[in-house]
Amino acid sequence: MIEKNENIILKNITQYLVAFIQLFGLYVIAHGHGSPGGGFQGGCILAASYILMITTLGIEDTKKKYNEFKKHLFNSLGVFIYAFTGFVCLLLGANYLDYSGLSNLFPVDPIKARYIGTFVIEVGVGITVMSIMLTIFVELLTVKRKQS
Amino acid sequence: MIWQVDLIILLLIVVLAIAIVNTKNLFTATILFGGYSFLMCVLWTGMGAVDVAFTEAAVGAGVSTAVFVAAIYQTTRRSKD
Repeated sequence: MIEKNENIILKNITQYLVAFIQLFGLYVIAHGHGSPGGGFQGGCILAASYILMITTLGIEDTKKKYNEFKKHLFNSLGVFIYAFTGFVCLLLGANYLDYSGLSNLFPVDPIKARYIGTFVIEVGVGITVMSIMLTIFVELLTVKRKQS
Repeated sequence: MIWQVDLIILLLIVVLAIAIVNTKNLFTATILFGGYSFLMCVLWTGMGAVDVAFTEAAVGAGVSTAVFVAAIYQTTRRSKD
């Protein structure tokens, strides 16, 4: 898991499979408010695709791409999107996280505004869940082994 | 759901749970736990709770198995039998 796997079957299958897994994760996030699924499940599926890449392609490249800055950025970006949407609703005269207040900002009726607000929330949840799951896995793999 | 299928799945869940507790190998326990999660997912789909089943399939059988494997990677065997 730590070092790169040189098996050609594993490498090629991973390269083609990761694209489909990520597409399915984005589908689940985007259709979360109309059908089963949502931000949490879609984020978990996205994290599973990155975990598959780590287990087959090695952790060194991933640690280089997914560095400390990006880790903290994505961890807090989803929470920021969630809270920011709520505060926008608050500033527009509605309750906190009452998305019908968004209809004052965009030229849509309150029902459509609720639909859009739920979608934005789902995107935020998906980003944070994906980043947290990936962080837990990477930290578990790279923690210093206790010598006994 | 057809009650025969329901009974078979419930029996398999009980058998898997007892096997998880009783096995000595940690890796075997992890893989059996993935199977347990998948059977719970099938059961919840039969009850009509598709959202819960989706979460169980994504978290229980997918991510949690990978996290358990990463945790086992950090352990060592105390005895060499």
